[in-house]
Amino acid sequence: MAVSQLVGAKIHRREDPRLITGHGHYIDDFTRQGAAYVAFVRSPHAHARIKSIDITDASKAPGVAGVYTARDFKGQLAGTHPAAPAFVAEKKYIPERFPIAEKEVCYQGEIVAAVLADTKGQAADGANLIQVDYEELPAVMDLEKALKDGGPKVHDGAADNVSWDLTFTGPDVTDAAFKEADVVVKQRILQNRLAPVPMEPRGVLAEYETYDKKLTIWMSSQSPHFIRLFVSGAMGLKESQVRVISPDVGGGFGSKISPYPEDYLVPALSRLAERPVKWIETRTESIQNATHGRGQYYDVEVAAKTDGTLLGLRVTQFLDVGAYCGTFSAFQACACLMAGGAYKWKGISARTIGILTNRVPTDPYRGAGRPEATHLVERMVDLVAGELKMDPVEIRRKNFIQPQDFPFTQNFGLVVDSGDYEKALDVAVKLAGYDDLRKKQADLRKQGKYLGIGLSTWIELCGFGPSAATAPATGGIALVESAQVRVTPTGSVIVYTGTHSHGQGHETTFSQLAADQLGVPYESIELRHGDTSEGTAFGYGTYGSRSLAVGGVAISKAVGKVIDKGKKLAAHMLEAAEEDVVYEHGSFHVKGSPDKAKAFGEVAFASYGMSLPEGMEQGLEAVAYFDPPNLVWPFGTHIAVVEVDAETGSAKLEKYIAVDDCGNIINPMIVDGQIHGGIAQAIGQALYEEVVYDEDTGQLKTGTMIDYMVPSAGEIPPMSLDHTVTPSPTNDLGVKGIGEAGTIAASAAVINAICDALSPLGIKHVDMPATPDRLWHMMKGTSK
Amino acid sequence: MAPAERRLEGIRSMKHKVATTVNGRRHEHEVEPRLLLVHHLRDNLGLTGTHIGCDTSQCGACTILVDGKAVKSCTMFAVQAEGKSLTTIEGMAKDGELHPIQQAFWDEHGLQCGYCTPGFIMAAAYLLAQNPNPTEDEIRKGLEGNLCRCTGYVNIVKAVQTAAKTMSTAPARKTTVAAGGN
Amino acid sequence: MIPAAFEYARASSVEEASNLLSKFGEDAKVLAGGHSLIPLMRLRLAQPSALVDINGLKDLDHIKEDGRKLRVGALTRHVTIQNSSTVKEKLPLLAEIAGEVGDNQVRNMGTMGGVIAHADAAGDYPTLALMLDADIVTNQRTIPANEFFKDLFTTALAPDEIVTEVVFPVATGAHKYVKFRRRLFDWAIVGVAAQKMNGGWRIGLTNVGPTPVRATAVEEALHKGAQPEEAAQHASDELDPAGDLRASPEYKKHLARVLTKRAINQAEGRQ
Repeated sequence: MAVSQLVGAKIHRREDPRLITGHGHYIDDFTRQGAAYVAFVRSPHAHARIKSIDITDASKAPGVAGVYTARDFKGQLAGTHPAAPAFVAEKKYIPERFPIAEKEVCYQGEIVAAVLADTKGQAADGANLIQVDYEELPAVMDLEKALKDGGPKVHDGAADNVSWDLTFTGPDVTDAAFKEADVVVKQRILQNRLAPVPMEPRGVLAEYETYDKKLTIWMSSQSPHFIRLFVSGAMGLKESQVRVISPDVGGGFGSKISPYPEDYLVPALSRLAERPVKWIETRTESIQNATHGRGQYYDVEVAAKTDGTLLGLRVTQFLDVGAYCGTFSAFQACACLMAGGAYKWKGISARTIGILTNRVPTDPYRGAGRPEATHLVERMVDLVAGELKMDPVEIRRKNFIQPQDFPFTQNFGLVVDSGDYEKALDVAVKLAGYDDLRKKQADLRKQGKYLGIGLSTWIELCGFGPSAATAPATGGIALVESAQVRVTPTGSVIVYTGTHSHGQGHETTFSQLAADQLGVPYESIELRHGDTSEGTAFGYGTYGSRSLAVGGVAISKAVGKVIDKGKKLAAHMLEAAEEDVVYEHGSFHVKGSPDKAKAFGEVAFASYGMSLPEGMEQGLEAVAYFDPPNLVWPFGTHIAVVEVDAETGSAKLEKYIAVDDCGNIINPMIVDGQIHGGIAQAIGQALYEEVVYDEDTGQLKTGTMIDYMVPSAGEIPPMSLDHTVTPSPTNDLGVKGIGEAGTIAASAAVINAICDALSPLGIKHVDMPATPDRLWHMMKGTSK
Repeated sequence: MAPAERRLEGIRSMKHKVATTVNGRRHEHEVEPRLLLVHHLRDNLGLTGTHIGCDTSQCGACTILVDGKAVKSCTMFAVQAEGKSLTTIEGMAKDGELHPIQQAFWDEHGLQCGYCTPGFIMAAAYLLAQNPNPTEDEIRKGLEGNLCRCTGYVNIVKAVQTAAKTMSTAPARKTTVAAGGN
Repeated sequence: MIPAAFEYARASSVEEASNLLSKFGEDAKVLAGGHSLIPLMRLRLAQPSALVDINGLKDLDHIKEDGRKLRVGALTRHVTIQNSSTVKEKLPLLAEIAGEVGDNQVRNMGTMGGVIAHADAAGDYPTLALMLDADIVTNQRTIPANEFFKDLFTTALAPDEIVTEVVFPVATGAHKYVKFRRRLFDWAIVGVAAQKMNGGWRIGLTNVGPTPVRATAVEEALHKGAQPEEAAQHASDELDPAGDLRASPEYKKHLARVLTKRAINQAEGRQ
């Protein structure tokens, strides 16, 4: 890259002035003249047959413009909810899913009717007047019971409750390792079901222009192009007839990637009613209907030698799919492929089973499969260390993949691009004052106090992704990324990217990148995204820590093309040979003669003029797609220090240390912010959050923020951060993703710390969330 | 709907006058009793900087100042604001100059998606009016009525500390935040 | 979400408020701080036909010292109670409790009368009122606290009856409220209040039953000279708390004992 001025600098975010003054543009800030509001009637039951729907009263209520049930959408919407192959190409059963239920409801919250009215209040009033006669059916809630023969089924008429059952590698792969073992440790590990809870709930505003046959959708989405693809298909429109605009997005964490029933129904309602239609999700609707994350348990076995050498790992993932297959639900099976973590294994056998239940579908939630992998392997390594009376730091050092091993082909054939795991561990151990902490722990134990120190030496695969790997996984569309760079006659630059920020600060990072490479002022770059009618034909969206490592590189490539054309033109203007022209600090000059130069702006202006070289077209713009040759693999070490109250079982985080390596860093301030937030979300999972349904009736018990416990500033500890830098060889920028790292790393560190704290009581494993009640029961020897 | 119910419906949606001063400007509207103050601000006054993040008064995204006191505008009816002076996030920057708390959120990267941010800034304004030099613990406790899902609160706390420093050295700005308990 | 429509009237006196309640009938509700009522209305779990707004009744917003009594008006906000020098001097435990209710925004709106009349099992003031033998004054009569809280969300109030004032005894001795919860702003999973007065102890428990509980067995044990640790074992005598998402019944009983010990110890300046 060119001489760096902006890359690596703490540049204050350019999106902030509008956001801190109340001038952001979130979905609920948009409206259209004459818009109607829709309220959805949702099933109060987890599983029921719809006998009849009486819309008489609702239809006559003040302000109600129309009441719609499944039948009304039959001619409007076609097809079923898309379920990508992801990591499980062959699925046993993908339930048919229409965006609105006709005969049977399969989770609490499933839509059965829509009421359109002039105001929000009237729509809600109308929805309350709809009478649905249900015949309740037994709800399938427990994963183990769901797998038993002869029990109730999630869908009327489903053969069994298994959506997929895939053995990646059979037990035979680990037989030799287990035969060689001195010690075998087994554990069942739960992954609590989580609600993503972005602070901004979802929302859709759709306007179908009857006479132009054009549809515009404003919505809060991480992947507007995918929504255009799915919705146009379902509505029988060409992609070119549909424009999706995703403005400022108030957080997503994976829950705003896949299409939702409302994404189809609101546009269809606009076409039916011939007026714009708006829907904004309430928080209860959000917790009830936005796809959940995790919701799994694992049966794990590890074989090791007495000296701590790890030999073999056996993993079975039992995953709660929910009532329908989420679009990228099977992506979470990557937990199996990542189960080996940062260590070398002789063999890993892995199987994933996706089980249908009468709950809302699960789909990727920050980390998606990788937090589960880290959690299980980091827990197991600690269990082995405990068994062998080894220090958790030592057992990790002993088994790490070593710097000279990279690129390292792991047990499932994935190639880990680069790493230096021990370096990050060393920095973290020093930053934490590890030896002093152990001394303090010993002292406190003498006083009957339980202090614990927990490690998580995490790794991640991200930056989706190479076309060869991802095109089959999505059903054909490779998760590459596109960018367009347009230079105006006066030399200002508009950069379009196919990714879409939902808080990550792309406007800033990508502008830094483009400005640096172009050597032009940061202010002359305008970064645009989130509108399918602008920029390239297709953008792939933001998820899986991919935006910089794939999208950023695409921008860099497009900028490179612009510079190449600029060189040709500058050579012509300078009457020099093209190969003699160099571009530095925003200026094209002849090699060795810095005075013989044309500024970027001059060349841009000239590109729209008449004196172009033979055969050159006017203009200065370029499109580039980047198909990464591999995924990128960030890593690091997190250390949590927890004290558990001996009497109440309350776990308090005393200290949190995170040393992460995401390769080269463009904006350190933004990187640290991503890590902070990721850690907080994992602390939420470890100690506070869980979506709870009644195990018999399938009623959601945590439908508000009172009961679904997103932690506040009082619960999240101060954090000490540091970095190591091991550039990725996968891309020219040397960057890796960082959006999910904190969440991937931290739950293991916190739970390992709690287990460490309680080890004097003989407690070896604690499931999440580690609530005071749960810990108290365990501490007094009664399980909970 | 029976005629009696229809008549009741009419009474219940009967509008009441509400006159408020918002960010220094007087407004008068006729509103339904059930209209929440936050919807009044957003839909009638076009002040969309105040956000809605929950139904149950936990998230604090809708925090504004009512006669100088931080209040969740989703847990107050518009009719209750009759005669009151309100400050929303749009009233914090003056003449193109950011309020020190806004500046500090920018400088310290105290926001990511930005959705909770207006509520945090308003809650912080109240907090610093009550306690101009809060400790870290006091800041964390003082912001307990606001939830953020992006930042892990680390840089929000830092932003409030920075704002406290700036505000204690800079000449006092005329803000409409109540000082003292009551 | 949007609440169901309702009739709205602003009362300019307690008498008018009472008349309005009678006029509107049983489904009418008083609107004070609104921080329990409005969320329920937004979820449409409450759909009152009418609201009588008493926020204009400034004479109900007061804190008065009256001999050995502390009179707190029903419309007094938590923040006022928390910061009141009179409360800090005459009944510091009440100021401490007020500072632990909800968050800053909630405390700016929520009122003494609202908490008392709502009678949530997790409400903090009812515990103090009960254990100190406070009186609940209404527009019609004075009700001793131990006759006021009937059941979960159920009080002795008649439909047109409005709480106007809560009268606490002055108590300036050792005191502590230990409120155990997951997040800073949450309701108590269990709360324990301890107040030394008239040479003995008053101990009250929050959220261990449908109504607040006075731990008389603990008080008696302390009176007989038991150590806090020993006396606190009686905190769960006769308790039969309901389990919920946050805590099992046995854990709540355990917390009642542990927190009682802590409240007494901390009241006396020990850890």
